[in-house]
Amino acid sequence: MNSSQLLGITIFAYLLASILYIAIFIFRAKKLGVVASLVTVAAWLIQTAGIIMRWVESYKMGYGHAPLSNMYESLVFFAWAIAIIYLWIEWKFKNRLIGAFVVPFAFISMAYASFSTEFGRTIKPLVPALQSNWLIGHVVTCFIGYASFAIACGLGFMYILKDRREQAKKENKQKSDGLIDTLPQLRLIDDAIYKTIVFGFVWLSTGIIAGAIWANTAWGTYWSWDPKETWSLITWFVYASALHARFVRGWNGRRIAWIAILGFVSVIFTYYGVNFLLSGLHSYGSA
Amino acid sequence: MTKKKQGNIVWNFFASVKLALFTLFTLAATSIIGTIIPQNEMASHYVHLYGQTTARIFQILSITNMYQSWWFRALLILFSTNLTICTIERLPNIWRVVTLDNLSTSISRLQKMAIRRVFKSGVNQEQTGLAVQKIMHQAGWQADQRARDEGTLFFSQKGAWTRLGVIMVHTSILTIFVGALIGKLYGFKAGVMLPEGSSTNIVYKSSGDHSPIPLGFTLRCNAFNLSYYDTGMPKEYRSDLTVSKNGKDLLSKSIVVNDPLQFGGLTFYQSSFQAIPGQFAASLTSKSTGAKQKFFLRYPTERARLWPAEKVRFGITDIAGPNMRQKYRYKIWFSDGKGSPSTFWIDQNHPVKIERPGNNYLLLVKPRFATGLQIAKDPGVWVVYIGCIMMILGLIIIFFMSHRRIWALVSENEGESSILLCGTSNKDKVGFEKVMTSLYKGFADSQFLRGEKHE
Repeated sequence: MNSSQLLGITIFAYLLASILYIAIFIFRAKKLGVVASLVTVAAWLIQTAGIIMRWVESYKMGYGHAPLSNMYESLVFFAWAIAIIYLWIEWKFKNRLIGAFVVPFAFISMAYASFSTEFGRTIKPLVPALQSNWLIGHVVTCFIGYASFAIACGLGFMYILKDRREQAKKENKQKSDGLIDTLPQLRLIDDAIYKTIVFGFVWLSTGIIAGAIWANTAWGTYWSWDPKETWSLITWFVYASALHARFVRGWNGRRIAWIAILGFVSVIFTYYGVNFLLSGLHSYGSA
Repeated sequence: MTKKKQGNIVWNFFASVKLALFTLFTLAATSIIGTIIPQNEMASHYVHLYGQTTARIFQILSITNMYQSWWFRALLILFSTNLTICTIERLPNIWRVVTLDNLSTSISRLQKMAIRRVFKSGVNQEQTGLAVQKIMHQAGWQADQRARDEGTLFFSQKGAWTRLGVIMVHTSILTIFVGALIGKLYGFKAGVMLPEGSSTNIVYKSSGDHSPIPLGFTLRCNAFNLSYYDTGMPKEYRSDLTVSKNGKDLLSKSIVVNDPLQFGGLTFYQSSFQAIPGQFAASLTSKSTGAKQKFFLRYPTERARLWPAEKVRFGITDIAGPNMRQKYRYKIWFSDGKGSPSTFWIDQNHPVKIERPGNNYLLLVKPRFATGLQIAKDPGVWVVYIGCIMMILGLIIIFFMSHRRIWALVSENEGESSILLCGTSNKDKVGFEKVMTSLYKGFADSQFLRGEKHE
């Protein structure tokens, strides 16, 4: 078994997990719950093995670096982080319906990593600028943040879906219970959104700081308003505003759900848009 | 009251959260401009990209250098003023809660708390009080007590100081700004191109007029080496540097991209390199004496170079290349006075053994490089780092720690003593409920109270 086989299996394992979670939601097939969780755990374990294998393989090739150095490797880690944080949330909130809105993100990330033609997937040596211990610290912290925001976005969609339904129910006085009514209470989704945003925000802050310290050891400037830095700051502003609006002005529910979605758009742009649409110092990601 | 408010209209403006949200949003929105429009390019570049009129507008609004523009700086000043005043405004209230005397809390408030439960005690008020203190102590809550009209009030709290987390995070941002300002005022960024084998005691400012800055010591580049992976990707840029003062070597370090040299408050970073046209670095070793010497050769302006100690003369007489890997070949003329001179071709960076009657030599020839160094002096960087650490710690305090307060009122009514146990937490209500539930259980099961639950 080599890393690309293991990571190949991972794509389909996440696809299977996504289908199972969506089935639980749509067909109210609660019996599938344990299976879905087990498939996700298995997918995550296979992926962990794949990442470790890729790390080992890079040493065998004589390059020796953590598999976090380019677009492909970061997408794989992104999916990995989404899966583990999701499993933790599922265990904490004791609710598997969240999976239908979150696990597909892990699948999409893996599928995009594996099938896109925009970047290569081979193990490449590190260019001089990336040869630093900060590589692991910076990338890991940022991507745990991004993964949390992806989950918050999924929960945001879930909230809005449920909220629309509740509104319709109030207006039309519908009585029959539909699919969406099986979703967790709005209050609980709101709490989950808030918690994932907070978690992501702490990691993103740490990631930006780690990046700044790294930039200072490599170039002698901790902040140079490079597009990647600027966009990470914009994302930070979006979530900082959301947290202030909630703490000080009592925003919750629908508005925070929309900010969770908007914030993730900013994350995507920071991650993907800057690499492929803008140019700057931080061009490793698009390799 | 109204008068005071009117007098503080400016203060109130800066203290408002609306302004904070507005500033955050405006900073985020305007920051986007600089990521789309290339920054700090030549004026003609903008004319070419956007046309005469738009380029002119960009110039007037400093959009081509927007993060250093007057209006972006004004936004940052507005942001920090808002942050400062917001923080000052909220500090007294937060401090009041941190230092609050919770033993004087009104009993009616306790009776209305969301998380509360009443227990009956089988023993008198005094013994009940002792038992309460004991049970709370066992659960890790050190309780103080005070006699009140209604009975004895016990109180214990954890993490009152965590309410200061907000202040810490706000202060951390201001600290980072102060650090950045110190760097701007008392630091500089500079650069220098230093050819192998040469020294400098001045560097040139990176911005503005590129004026020279004296170092106060001498920096020498002994050698520059670049290596490639077998894929052709660059592997390492390495400069061997030596710092000296008054002819005395003080410090030598071989620097690479992520490992700079620090001396005298300055940091030297490996930033770029350049092959000097027409100049070559040769290193020659004599096998019989073991002597090794470095030479900087020129072509075509120089014919041959003398190594007096070994009586060797040699030089480059022709050059071919570069090949697909950007490597050159050099034709060498070599003489050591014994027998006729040798002429041969050698590859760049490829050591070659020269066999001569009576002695052998090892020769390596490569282009002579100049290393591009970036020099930074930033006395504010540690202030920035302290701010960063404060921010992370502050965020952890704000989001993952809470202020938990527990009261127990022991009272006696018609010979029967009872306990009102209640508590609040400013965050993580679920976690706190679990703490209270286990405390309820401790009370219910206590042999000292011989009690039973009462709703």
